[in-house]
Amino acid sequence: MSRQSLSKAHAKITELSWEPTFATPATRFGTDYTFDKAPKKDPLKQIMRSYFPMEEEKDNRVFGAMDGAIRGNMFRQVQQRWMEWQKLFLSIIPFPEISAARAMPMAIDAVPNPEIHNGLAVQMIDEVRHSTIQMNLKKLYMNHYIDPAGFDITEKAFANNYAGTIGRQFGEGFITGDAITAANIYLTVVAETAFTNTLFVAMPDEAAANGDYLLPTVFHSVQSDESRHISNGYSILLMALADEDNRQLLERDLRYAWWNNHCVVDAAIGTFIEYGTKDRRKDRDSYAEMWRRWIYDDYYRSYLIPLEKYGLKIPHDLVEEAWNRIYNKGYVHEVAQFFATGWPVNYWRIDPMTDTDFEWFEEKYPGWYNKYGKWWENYNRLRYPGKNKPIAFEDVDYQYPHRCWTCMVPALIREDMVTEKVDGQWRTYCSETCAWTDIKAFRPEYEGRPTPNMGRLTGHREWETLHHNRDLADIIKDLGYVRDDGKTLIPQPHLDLDDQKKLWTLDDVRGINFASPNILLNEMSDADREAHVAAYKAGGPAGRPAPAKV
Amino acid sequence: MAQAAVNKERSFPHPEFTDSEAGALTFPSSTSRSYNYYKPAKARATTYEDVTFDVQPDPERHLSQGWIYGFANTPGGYPQDWTRLKSSDWHQFRDPNEEWEKTIYRNNAAVVRQISLSLENAKRAKAYSHWNPAWVRFIERNLGAWMHAENGLGMHVFTAAQRSAPTNMINNAMAVNAAHKLRFAQDLALFNLDLAESEIDFDGQVHRDVWQNDPAWQGVRENAERLTAIGDWGEALFATNIVFESLVGVLFRSDLLMQISARNGDYITPTIVGAGENDYSRDLGYTRALFSMLTRDEKHGDENKAVLGEWLSTWVPQSLRAAHELQPIWSQPNEKVVTFADSLDAAKATFRSVLADLDLEAPKELDQ
Repeated sequence: MSRQSLSKAHAKITELSWEPTFATPATRFGTDYTFDKAPKKDPLKQIMRSYFPMEEEKDNRVFGAMDGAIRGNMFRQVQQRWMEWQKLFLSIIPFPEISAARAMPMAIDAVPNPEIHNGLAVQMIDEVRHSTIQMNLKKLYMNHYIDPAGFDITEKAFANNYAGTIGRQFGEGFITGDAITAANIYLTVVAETAFTNTLFVAMPDEAAANGDYLLPTVFHSVQSDESRHISNGYSILLMALADEDNRQLLERDLRYAWWNNHCVVDAAIGTFIEYGTKDRRKDRDSYAEMWRRWIYDDYYRSYLIPLEKYGLKIPHDLVEEAWNRIYNKGYVHEVAQFFATGWPVNYWRIDPMTDTDFEWFEEKYPGWYNKYGKWWENYNRLRYPGKNKPIAFEDVDYQYPHRCWTCMVPALIREDMVTEKVDGQWRTYCSETCAWTDIKAFRPEYEGRPTPNMGRLTGHREWETLHHNRDLADIIKDLGYVRDDGKTLIPQPHLDLDDQKKLWTLDDVRGINFASPNILLNEMSDADREAHVAAYKAGGPAGRPAPAKV
Repeated sequence: MAQAAVNKERSFPHPEFTDSEAGALTFPSSTSRSYNYYKPAKARATTYEDVTFDVQPDPERHLSQGWIYGFANTPGGYPQDWTRLKSSDWHQFRDPNEEWEKTIYRNNAAVVRQISLSLENAKRAKAYSHWNPAWVRFIERNLGAWMHAENGLGMHVFTAAQRSAPTNMINNAMAVNAAHKLRFAQDLALFNLDLAESEIDFDGQVHRDVWQNDPAWQGVRENAERLTAIGDWGEALFATNIVFESLVGVLFRSDLLMQISARNGDYITPTIVGAGENDYSRDLGYTRALFSMLTRDEKHGDENKAVLGEWLSTWVPQSLRAAHELQPIWSQPNEKVVTFADSLDAAKATFRSVLADLDLEAPKELDQ
């Protein structure tokens, strides 16, 4: 369809909406934003007549590549180190995708603009596409990769695992609370516009370097829909900016959305890219370098900062602090180390780091070895069962961390941890901003202004609470992370499948007590807690407990 | 500088044979190659089930920490009380159309190609020039008005409802239903555009006035607008796909347009409207499967039937009134192949059959 006829066709389909006089569409989802003064902004033009054949063609390419990968024996070349992390990633990502579909009516309810409604409805269909095409990719991995365990319990594991819950925010945040906070600022303006760059562009690049060219095929196809979604979000943002009363909410939501996306996405994708790769070419970008390019330059400098001219208050401090956490405070390394510490309650295997990896990390992050090298050497030493417990229960100079009440990633940068008594409970937070999110932002009033539509943080937010004072073997069995012989664990701290003796079983982890740091914190006397928190904050990096006071 | 850049050593990852294929080694779970956390409807899981089931988690299944974000005054996720209907196990529902992304694009792209070819051929053959003026007026006013209903329901009933049901299987079916409606509405709008640009005297703008003001269409518009105002997703789906579509949608599309277009020299409209009818046939399929599951629920079936009965008593009179108000348009074409009474009887018969399938009693209003 030519550009001219597309414009004409698009103009025609805008005639389909009308001003109702008998009844107006139900408002199921509220917002504290107002759009009374908003000029109508058009997103990218899209009509179904061109949309469906375009997507069908994209699908045909994806499915053709899948056939080709199988015929070409792609799995003879994929790195197991990489594929194992896909068990986590691909268990998480279909839920945020489908949640984005479910978020569209929330934005439609909130924004009085039929042109945008049309774009949002098309996005809804895109998101159904993304969710199911990703589930199908995972099925292919399960069928053709050497170790299907973990792929085979994927959505169950996603729903009962600590890491799945961290990822679930990137989905539940799209579909609850204030409709604009959720479906526009969190989902589109930040998650899709900023962080899909690392998710769907940087990560596929790494996949290809590890012999997996199906992830790039599927995710680049997904990413090619994102520009339309970004356009939807931008249009709504400009409409919101037209009303002075929205400024305060926009500032709040950008701070929350930016920081939560950073905490969650950088934790996960940073780990997949840096600890899931075998490609240690020195001229290959580190996650920090990719982040600098895709998020700092392309998003922050090219997208966010120009919005200042419309009066949007940009969270410059949080952008800089995110960078500081990634580059200087070792955020990704701390997270990867935590995932590896918790290997018995994962549903994927984690390969130990080798000298080649150490050398690369040292090159990219000078000082890395002094912080993390010893611990990874211990991880390697303790990788087989028989003579030792899992590393989390051995003395390797690592203090199991408190979990952030808000983003649910543990408070790994120890000196930044914030502790507050909130709603009658002592809670820990990874950062001032996560504390602010719970204490100030997700509340019915914000800076003296009623915000009756703002969402709430709910649920059992500390995963360890569910399993406090239970035997590790019972926990793993109940979670379902056991292989089909009824005893061998799905998770393993290595990739060696050639010898049953190297594989951990329930018997190897029986008799180990599992405890919740938050329950223990709340059981402490005020004096003990104060001392505990002070010591915790003096600890690190790499989870090292603070030296005992003499 | 340019030459130096050209000569720079290229960096690329080195392929490595890892032998990570299925079957390379035997170890516990080395043959566990199916999603094992849900029970497929039949012995072997379909691709549709594998890519859809449990993607939307549920605290009643595996979601151990519960929903971690909520609304101000209600829990987050997909509360079951967003409809009055109840189920012993919502997860038993399967879409008989087994829709996932491959089917969505394959089917809709096929429809797009079919319609595009028909429209191109019609232009080439100057097919519209044979239309008599009465038929031109009929299409520009009535088919033009109808496309609003399709769009409104697609946007504000089905797109809205797919946020709300307790399982991914149900929500995806409603999302595909929304895609059908929106595509069909646009098919009609672009047909309208083609006609307005053709050699015949066709008013491409009058549809707005007809939809907004023509007395024959106000009952349909009121019905459509009231459907969009329903908060309960189950009621919105039932009142739209079971009641409105049977008594108004099928009446207009199948029992009028599909019957009379050919005799009025129009072979294009049935092609386009037939595609919409095919969409509805698929969408009725999943709707029947869902409500059958609910009326046959061992624990909640009777209660559900009572609720559906209430909804019938609300929505059947509304849709019958809309149907009756449409009656004048049956006399507008030159060739009057069917009477309004015949068309309405046919629509009612189909509706009765759907209700019988659902084990629901036909409301008394149908006999009037």
